Amino acid sequence: MSEVTFQIWRGDRNQGAFQEYKAEVTEGMVVLDVVHKIQAEQANDMAVRWNCKAGKCGSCSAEINGMPKLMCMTRMNTLPVDKPIVIEPMKTFPLIRDLVTDVSWNFEVKKTIKKFKPRKADAPDGTWRVQQADVDRPQEFRKCIECFLCQDVCHVLRDHHMHSEFIGPRFLVYTAALEMNPLDTEDRLKDLKDQHGIGLCNITKCCTKVCPEHITITDNAIIPLKERVVDEFFDPLGGLFKMFR
Amino acid sequence: MPHIDVPLKRGRFGETSRPDNWWIQPLVVFLGFSAFICYSTWAALQGNNYASGPLLSPFYSPLLYGPEPYAWFGGGPPSWFPSFLPFSSAFLILWIPGGFRFTCYYYRGAYYKAFWQDPPNCAVGEPRKKYWGERTFPLIIQNVHRYFMYLAVAFIFLLGHDAWEATKFENGRGVSVGTLVLTLNTVLLGCYTFGCHSFRHLVGGMKDILSASPVRKKAYDCVGCLNTRHMRFAWFSLFCVGFSDLYVRMCAMGIWTDYRIF
Ligand code: SF4
Ligand code: SF4
Ligand code: FES
Ligand code: FES
Repeated sequence: MSEVTFQIWRGDRNQGAFQEYKAEVTEGMVVLDVVHKIQAEQANDMAVRWNCKAGKCGSCSAEINGMPKLMCMTRMNTLPVDKPIVIEPMKTFPLIRDLVTDVSWNFEVKKTIKKFKPRKADAPDGTWRVQQADVDRPQEFRKCIECFLCQDVCHVLRDHHMHSEFIGPRFLVYTAALEMNPLDTEDRLKDLKDQHGIGLCNITKCCTKVCPEHITITDNAIIPLKERVVDEFFDPLGGLFKMFR
Repeated sequence: MPHIDVPLKRGRFGETSRPDNWWIQPLVVFLGFSAFICYSTWAALQGNNYASGPLLSPFYSPLLYGPEPYAWFGGGPPSWFPSFLPFSSAFLILWIPGGFRFTCYYYRGAYYKAFWQDPPNCAVGEPRKKYWGERTFPLIIQNVHRYFMYLAVAFIFLLGHDAWEATKFENGRGVSVGTLVLTLNTVLLGCYTFGCHSFRHLVGGMKDILSASPVRKKAYDCVGCLNTRHMRFAWFSLFCVGFSDLYVRMCAMGIWTDYRIF
């Protein structure tokens, strides 16, 4: 058992500051446990969002020592305790209060992506047949828990606030899951290039680094989508080749 | 597209709550790339000491104009080359591997961070307010990467040929340290090139259904295997290609002797 100092952001949209708390940390604790302890013993009015405490609901996203992380999956023994541990809300979304941000922009973005449009059913009973080998790729993307940590760290949103021009890594993953689905027949490439702003991603891989589900966002979702956009819009030779095939 | 009405705070350059030494990684990348760019430019400008015995430096291969028996078209410079410029056969070909690396997805991400601070590192504030990404000119040009990839694949075969030629000594076939250096260089460059994202797309990434063509599926899996190690091969091959030139150069200058193993 040891006493650790925490700097936790307290405030709302208009004002706020870091407040210092000290708490006893015991073996096996995660950051969310400490935040709950502080909430119970020292700051009853502290706002924090959480649900599953198992890294599956994506509610407890925050920034711990400057890096976007799930509070419930960040073990205390992975953090240096000789200096105060800084806990603050995600910076890429509007603050509601303390550690809670308004992530509803993400749900609006999702609505702009063309829905799944399956090919005609393979069997008379209206079902399809797919091979596991063909769903391996989209399955990786289905692991997403919509924690929006990747959106938070992406500099296009975080530093440049281009929310109205760029859907962010989470929704590039979502689009990739649909585009690479062997049953899907919809074409989302023009949207990706134009209003969804895939060209704004400069493949610096911070999204991949923070994803708690270890989805290889940049290499497996974004770059393959960029390549498909190149096929369609930036590859005259390839286009010619397709014409003669 | 939906937008956010509430003004969000913009971080200052270098602003972060990260307590770690986040600047070390981009600094190492900056120094590594800079060192390679300086050495390769210097070596390309020399126009000499690029061949020794059966060894030909990868910076000068394929040697279009130069001495026998290495050159394709005999002694240089070609008549169309402007006479007021210093001639080096490396200029005629180095733009291919150079362009391939410059437009490589891994290198792009790495040098946008290390050289352009866009961002300096994850969750660290940026120096500039304006941002265009790769959506408009000039960086939209990065989309030519696949064309460089086609040429780079051909280079792997040429370098493989050089490694084979490096077994031909005056008194018959053999293997020297130089042969091994050039062979290792070809292997590492091959692992880098065949792990390219555009190559991965070409062999199978563009298809949603791979199970229908088992050969394509196998090729896609193999490329995927190299692709997950793309960053590693990018660095190893960069180091090895520079060292290969240095090795041949040192031998050509008589400073090192190419030790014959058998
Ligand atoms: S790789 Fe692209 S999407 Fe991911 S954080 Fe970087 S810029 Fe954003
Ligand atoms: S891709 Fe990863 S980081 Fe992004 S929302 Fe999904 S789980 Fe979270
Ligand atoms: S509480 Fe559900 S992911 Fe952390
Ligand atoms: S992506 Fe790196 S060489 Fe093509």
